[in-house]
Amino acid sequence: MELTGAQIFLECLKKEGVEVVFGYPGGAIIDIYDQLPNYPFKHILVRHEQGAVHAADGYARATGEAGVCLVTSGPGATNAVTGIATAYMDSIPVVIFTGQVPTPLIGNDAFQEVDIVGITRPCTKHNYLVKDINELAFTVRQAFYLARSGRPGPVLVDLPKDIMQAKAEFVWPEDVSLRSYNPNLTPHIGQIKKVAKLIEKAERPVIYAGGGVISSGAEDELTWLAKSLNIPVTATLMGLGAFPGDDPLWLGMLGMHGTYAANMAINNSDLVLAIGARFDDRVTGKVDTFAPKATLVHIDIDPTSIQKNVAVHVPLVADCKSALSSLKSVIEPILDQTYSEDSHAVWVRQVQQWSETHPLRYNKGGSFIKPQYVVEKVYEISNGDAIVATEVGQNQMWAAQFYKFKKSKSFLSSGGLGTMGYGLPAAIGAQMAFPDRLVVNIAGDGSIQMNIQELMTAVCNDLPVKIVILNNGYLGMVRQWQELFYNRNYCETCMDAQPDFVKLAEAYGAVGFRVTEEKDVVPVLTEAFALPKVCIIDVRVDPEENVYPMVPAGASLADMLLV
Amino acid sequence: MRHTLSVMVENEPGVLSRVVGLFSGRGFNIESLNVAPTLEEGVSLMTITTVGDEQIIEQIVKQLRKLVTVIKVVDLTELKSVEREMVLLKVNAEDAKRAEILRIVDIFRCKVVDVSVDELTLEVTGDHGKIDALINLLSRFGIKEVARTGTVAMKRALQV
Repeated sequence: MELTGAQIFLECLKKEGVEVVFGYPGGAIIDIYDQLPNYPFKHILVRHEQGAVHAADGYARATGEAGVCLVTSGPGATNAVTGIATAYMDSIPVVIFTGQVPTPLIGNDAFQEVDIVGITRPCTKHNYLVKDINELAFTVRQAFYLARSGRPGPVLVDLPKDIMQAKAEFVWPEDVSLRSYNPNLTPHIGQIKKVAKLIEKAERPVIYAGGGVISSGAEDELTWLAKSLNIPVTATLMGLGAFPGDDPLWLGMLGMHGTYAANMAINNSDLVLAIGARFDDRVTGKVDTFAPKATLVHIDIDPTSIQKNVAVHVPLVADCKSALSSLKSVIEPILDQTYSEDSHAVWVRQVQQWSETHPLRYNKGGSFIKPQYVVEKVYEISNGDAIVATEVGQNQMWAAQFYKFKKSKSFLSSGGLGTMGYGLPAAIGAQMAFPDRLVVNIAGDGSIQMNIQELMTAVCNDLPVKIVILNNGYLGMVRQWQELFYNRNYCETCMDAQPDFVKLAEAYGAVGFRVTEEKDVVPVLTEAFALPKVCIIDVRVDPEENVYPMVPAGASLADMLLV
Repeated sequence: MRHTLSVMVENEPGVLSRVVGLFSGRGFNIESLNVAPTLEEGVSLMTITTVGDEQIIEQIVKQLRKLVTVIKVVDLTELKSVEREMVLLKVNAEDAKRAEILRIVDIFRCKVVDVSVDELTLEVTGDHGKIDALINLLSRFGIKEVARTGTVAMKRALQV
């Protein structure tokens, strides 16, 4: 039986096991929406296409499954670009379907036409324009395959309206293979043995874990390696949760706002095992002085990540899980004879001493509520079991520093692109996947206003996310830079004209709380977290609190500004 | 150092802009680029010459390989290879200078493909060095126009 393009498309989603679609209709995509009620997907109507992609991205980060979004042509597609770039920078599997004007009109500057394939070429893993209905099913299949496999990432498929209306037999391609795309998953065993030898010889090893550990599902292997060999672990922002944040070997995050212990450990180590991390400039500081005494081992699935920023001594192209399992199988048989409980004991003691002498801290007391205190209380009240999304800026760094992530896939944050407005829609996506878990968006008063319209999406879909605004009346991170490096020229970072967030919550049908005194933080958070409703908790925090420690941009990790 | 990359790609719309966009977006430089279909249906061959240190060339090769529409990338610089470029040159050639130009044409095994009262248009094929040498020699007569194809290259059968 022949189906329309729209039906074939939806059949494909069914075959791919899609359960949730985040989207926003429009003229060019209307044929798919016309058929949508006949299919078993849950469609979440967002209020802005950027929100659709972030929500699909949050869903993907929280579940490990591909997120799906559906938007129309032209402005619908361009609105999605920020979300696509966000997913691209953090290697998140999202498949974006955009409507397109009918094929005979393409290139004619038709109404709501834009060359979205051209626009998103540099910020997608790959993208397609479907020009023939007979290629539709195969293209959708490839798109999901590419998004999920190898180094994951966003893939966009542009769907012209006439193709959605045309008819053809639905043939599902069971197999998909591309002659030009063969990600290398399994490690070179010679390199693995070399790494095992290096670890054996090392006196001061450190593991530096990144988002690749989480996307490949290598958390258990990483934990085994660290605990069996007694190696301290630090992680990037993207890697938080890959190793239990309450373990004695955990050093905290490294880099610009990393802990003293993590950065000193890197600076003094003789072996750095970089696993699924890419030596981002926010992590390395000044590249020439990164881990100056160490042999660098770099495990990454993407060959372009290796030797891009830092010259490493032992490159290893492989899926992190596969590489770490292989490493385990080499080390495990000789574990007892090679390692004792005292292995690296002196080093671990040294590292822990750094943690004790320079813990993450802030000045307590004073008349203001400290934002770090609020994050600590979110951690305590949620028992460390919440899914925490963040916006971008100081709120993000405080969340990363003061919430101890015990499990992976519970921290959703825009790392590579640093997208303000990410947190709320991402929290919605995560809540959609896990309706029974507590999902908290830690926000700033600036960021939250970038996608505040998604409050409506949360309310009308009964997705009871909690939005904790660390409200300091500033674009805090930029203000911090102005204070430290721009002679206190607070140009355009003061946001003293603000909406009443409590009334705003009420206007959207959510519940609003305002907290102005420290004694109210715990009771209000406790009440809000127990409410099965969308809540905004507007916490007025110290307007001039800064994120410390800090490594100034371009400085060496050894040159940290402490509190 | 100058490198010649042979890049086999799927012959589909947008593939050129994916490759070129990679160079411009990442701040790499293209010196010349040549692309045309191969004998294999659906496959085109690009020859790209580019300049950079080892680390940059390594990145370029890896980034090219990462593109989904790129089938194969070979850095011919590391191999024995044949490189050719075709150039059309329009050079000033008044009567007094014409004989000398024609002598150069002979020596370089160029062809005269168009003649007018005071101009000659020459076709020349050769590697980078030969083309540069010819342009250098002819420039004193005044070259009015140059059209170059960019390098095409192929690995030699025998790699010693």
